[in-house]
Amino acid sequence: MSATHHESAPVLAQEGPSHWLVYTTGLFLAVILTATSFWVANTSLLWAPGIPLGLAVLAIAQMGVHLVFFLHMTSGPDNTNHALALAFGVLVVFMVVAGSLWIMGDLNAGMTPGDRAHEHPDASLSGHGTGRH
Amino acid sequence: MNIAAAVEIGHLAHEAPSSAAEGGHAPKEIIVGYGFWIFLLSDIVMFAALFAAYAVLVHATAGGPVGDQLFSQLTVAIETACLLASSYTCGLMSLAVGARRRGAFYLTAMITFALGAAFLALEVSEFAEMIERGATPQRSAFLSAFFALVGCHGLHVGVGLVWLAVMVAQVAVKSFRPSVVRRLQCFSLFWHALDIIWVALFSVVYLMGVRP
Repeated sequence: MSATHHESAPVLAQEGPSHWLVYTTGLFLAVILTATSFWVANTSLLWAPGIPLGLAVLAIAQMGVHLVFFLHMTSGPDNTNHALALAFGVLVVFMVVAGSLWIMGDLNAGMTPGDRAHEHPDASLSGHGTGRH
Repeated sequence: MNIAAAVEIGHLAHEAPSSAAEGGHAPKEIIVGYGFWIFLLSDIVMFAALFAAYAVLVHATAGGPVGDQLFSQLTVAIETACLLASSYTCGLMSLAVGARRRGAFYLTAMITFALGAAFLALEVSEFAEMIERGATPQRSAFLSAFFALVGCHGLHVGVGLVWLAVMVAQVAVKSFRPSVVRRLQCFSLFWHALDIIWVALFSVVYLMGVRP
């Protein structure tokens, strides 16, 4: 527990073999997670519709590894301000990304068939184009 | 007098007051680090907007090429390895700065720079190849969003490389004085944050992108 007391800010210049070990552990975990991500994206062993979710989970796990081992985020009392700022940032990121996807998906779903028909002239035009060739 | 106090605190970081409430002013390096942390979070929020644009437009290919036909997973894997390794050597660099070891600092800074430059070179050649094949940002909304998102990250890496070169020159001229050490601390925060953004980027754009 006394170790957390040293970490008064992320990436304070610190020394000693134990910190070298922290970075190496982080690298090791990050390499494993990255390799798993690439394997998951290419394998046919897994249930295909679940793969995007699995990739998202792996990415979030790796970001956590980077935060803890490279940026030295801890839950100690010295890091409260950093953690609160990070939490607010994550909230904004979530609202921007999820909100955009939700609203735009809703707009797409709400398009009337009449609106969709506008897309057809384009499609038939390109069909003509390929037909002429 | 202020500088002398900052130097002392820099050497004895664990003796700094643990919260601003009980110790008056926090040491300058903590304030600077916190301010830079806020900047990084705002930068990440900007990337979130680009991610949202990409996620919304990923299927708007307008009959043009889709991600599956454009992305090479091998290139992406090498890019990822370069950036991850450079993040690690950047961590070792901040340890060398903490120990005030010049030789180790120059070595780790050079490796970090070389790996970052290799990443950037691979990305630029990837872009050039895509544009040669007609997949320009003007081709479709998907490609506009792709180039905006990945290009913005590449731009950040480029700025980081310039920053690192400047920091090496500053260490060479001014040695490890407190202001230089603070800038180095901010640089390593910046570099690690870029790697975090790349994790999201290769997962969302490249790995999810190659799936039908």
